Amino acid sequence: MKRHLISAADLSRGDAVLILDTAEELASLADRPIKKLPTLRGRTVVNLFYEDSTRTRISFEAAAKRLSADVINFSAKGSSVAKGESLKDTALTLEAMGADAVVIRHGASGAAHRLAGWVQGSVLNAGDGTHEHPTQALLDAFTIRRRLRGTGTAGARGAGLDGLRVTIVGDVLHSRVARSNVLLLSTLGAEVTLAAPPTLLPLAVGSWPCAVSYDLDSELSKSDVVMMLRVQQERMSAAYFPSVREYSRRYGLDAARMARLPGHAIVMHPGPMNRGVEIAAEVADSVRSTIVEQVANGVTTRMAVLYLLLGGTEFPATGVAQ
Amino acid sequence: MCAASNPVAGRNGLAVLDPEEIRRALTRIAHEILERTHGGDGVILLGIPTRGVPLARRLAARIGEFEGLDVPCGSLDVTMHRDDLRLHPARALGRTELPPGGVDGKTVVLVDDVLFSGRTVRAALDALNDLGRPRAVQLAVLVDRGHRELPIRADYVGKNLPTSQREVVHVLLTEVDAQDSVMISGEGGKP
Repeated sequence: MKRHLISAADLSRGDAVLILDTAEELASLADRPIKKLPTLRGRTVVNLFYEDSTRTRISFEAAAKRLSADVINFSAKGSSVAKGESLKDTALTLEAMGADAVVIRHGASGAAHRLAGWVQGSVLNAGDGTHEHPTQALLDAFTIRRRLRGTGTAGARGAGLDGLRVTIVGDVLHSRVARSNVLLLSTLGAEVTLAAPPTLLPLAVGSWPCAVSYDLDSELSKSDVVMMLRVQQERMSAAYFPSVREYSRRYGLDAARMARLPGHAIVMHPGPMNRGVEIAAEVADSVRSTIVEQVANGVTTRMAVLYLLLGGTEFPATGVAQ
Repeated sequence: MCAASNPVAGRNGLAVLDPEEIRRALTRIAHEILERTHGGDGVILLGIPTRGVPLARRLAARIGEFEGLDVPCGSLDVTMHRDDLRLHPARALGRTELPPGGVDGKTVVLVDDVLFSGRTVRAALDALNDLGRPRAVQLAVLVDRGHRELPIRADYVGKNLPTSQREVVHVLLTEVDAQDSVMISGEGGKP
């Protein structure tokens, strides 16, 4: 494993499988009377959030606390950032306070990468602009493996996602979740297809390790996993589709479309959902939906990442960033 | 924990226990457990990964043969509780599997292959503490090689093996290593 987790592309197949296996062992912790391990006692994890977030911040906080780390939450609102402090100065402040890991969410793509050059501790990217969100991809891969490859003993341990067909639907252009998932899931051996209107696909999508389709209906019957993305209206500066209604008609997952999926297929959504836009309420609440499971798996997966980055020997201080 | 998952092939060491001797030692430990726990009532066996787990299963099978008693058997991973985590890169976790019913009010017999510094057992006691409140905890090991660094002793010992600090004891078990034997090697700094 590298010292930081900035991009899903930093993970080799071996790293990714190790994280999933570690998460699998940590999952049993949720059923125990004492949901806490002493492993990161005395380590400090800083949550540095420049963008609003509910589940990711809480998830990282819960994960760090279950491993007995001290957690400092920092949100841009109500801090010196509001007075104009730069990312670098904030980073140096955190450094002086002795942070062993910094979990950063930032509106600018590449912020986590920049931060990694300024601090000694590990940097975990919790979403940077429209670039990447690697722990989301890891928890999605973990959810897929548990649902479709089984849990518990020998079955899943050490396994990737070979041969599974994953269709990622919707606003790929603004989605850091999509990019991280394409990179990670293909590393793990899954065949990924993006289904989206041409206006919501990035220009360089041809160089991504995935197939592209403009027609969701033709992909449904051959998908083991359908991952719906949120239409990110807050990042949209132009009109990418004629109307929400038309988008929903062509790329929304409703009960009729769900019925065309193979019997074992699952429906995922990274949240927060726009019910009635990209996903219909009856689909979101169906037994095939893993949306609530993804949240629970998020804590487990982030515990695995924190343990693997911080649990062992400290990385040499002179080590090359990244 | 001297018996990490090292490759077996090409290691030159001295075999101190052969498969028959391992079998006899486990048979004796199984009898001792039954004797000390008055028939094995309320006993559960928890193996410490990696090689403690197959040893616990073998002991459970023996006890089943002798008394027709079905002793619950599980595994207890201690990685997250170790005191030497920061001395190595983060390691992969083993499996913790408790028998249905948990450990509350039971007599837990921890099973491991080699007892050396006692640090693994200390970690196991801590791990157990987070899982419930056993009535009593006992310790069974196949080999006790001495050099304790903590006030810990085993209740059941397969073989007491006087060693020097520099020697390495390897326990090999069919379930993991495709053969049964206990080897001692490495005097003089050889790996």
